[in-house]
Amino acid sequence: MKFDPKSYQTLVSRRAARSPILPNCLRAFAVGGMICALGEGLSHLYRAWGAERELSMTLVSVTLVFFAALLTGLGIFDLLAQHAGAGTLVPITGFANSVVSPAIDTKAEGLVLGVGAKIFSISGPVLLYALLSGALYGTVYYLISLFR
Amino acid sequence: MIFFDLLKAFAVGGAICVVAQLLIDLTRLTPARILVLYVSIGVLLGAVGLFEPLLRFAGCGASVPLIGFGAAVAKGVREAVDQRGAIGILSGGLSATSAGITASLLFGYLVAIVFRGGPKKM
Repeated sequence: MKFDPKSYQTLVSRRAARSPILPNCLRAFAVGGMICALGEGLSHLYRAWGAERELSMTLVSVTLVFFAALLTGLGIFDLLAQHAGAGTLVPITGFANSVVSPAIDTKAEGLVLGVGAKIFSISGPVLLYALLSGALYGTVYYLISLFR
Repeated sequence: MIFFDLLKAFAVGGAICVVAQLLIDLTRLTPARILVLYVSIGVLLGAVGLFEPLLRFAGCGASVPLIGFGAAVAKGVREAVDQRGAIGILSGGLSATSAGITASLLFGYLVAIVFRGGPKKM
């Protein structure tokens, strides 16, 4: 049997296991929504303890990052992430997991070029593009402010 | 009313995750690309002023997803430029997000030191 690349591609895509989109979306909605609601609950708690709005948001991020890191270390985060998909990825918990996970995996390669370098293997691109687009926006904003 | 705040955070935060799930399932974008995309969209939303109304409505439903991280960068840059001029272009983004980034690195490092790696994938 002979294939040209195109017909092979169609055969593969017909054969490939189709991920069930609707259940995936429902799980992402439920878990992602729950993490955000948990964050909202925490921010109410921090504000009740006297934090102002901005500070309470920062504290929520730090709290969620802490628990995501801990659960990643215990191996629980990955079990949850397998079912939740984007539900655990998109909240700041996913960012924390993307820092912790490669850091744990590369411990054997040493603390400098293993953990130290690989801790940024996924979070690095995120930080890079966040700061790049921020600097681009800042430049535009600064130029506009000159002519106001 | 706290119940409605939780509900709004749940609905908006969940919806933002569903969009990402659809992108993963339909376009086969990898998780790392989703994160980069979301953080960049967050900067854009913050820059054009669409993020603030969403934040007022949904609270952590808007700030906890990674677009909130991008929007915080945009807000930090804008405020730093307002206060200190051009240097704010370079200083604002990191100072606004420093707590989250440092917390991730610190907790990440500590967890990596304390726990052993198992079979994992990302």
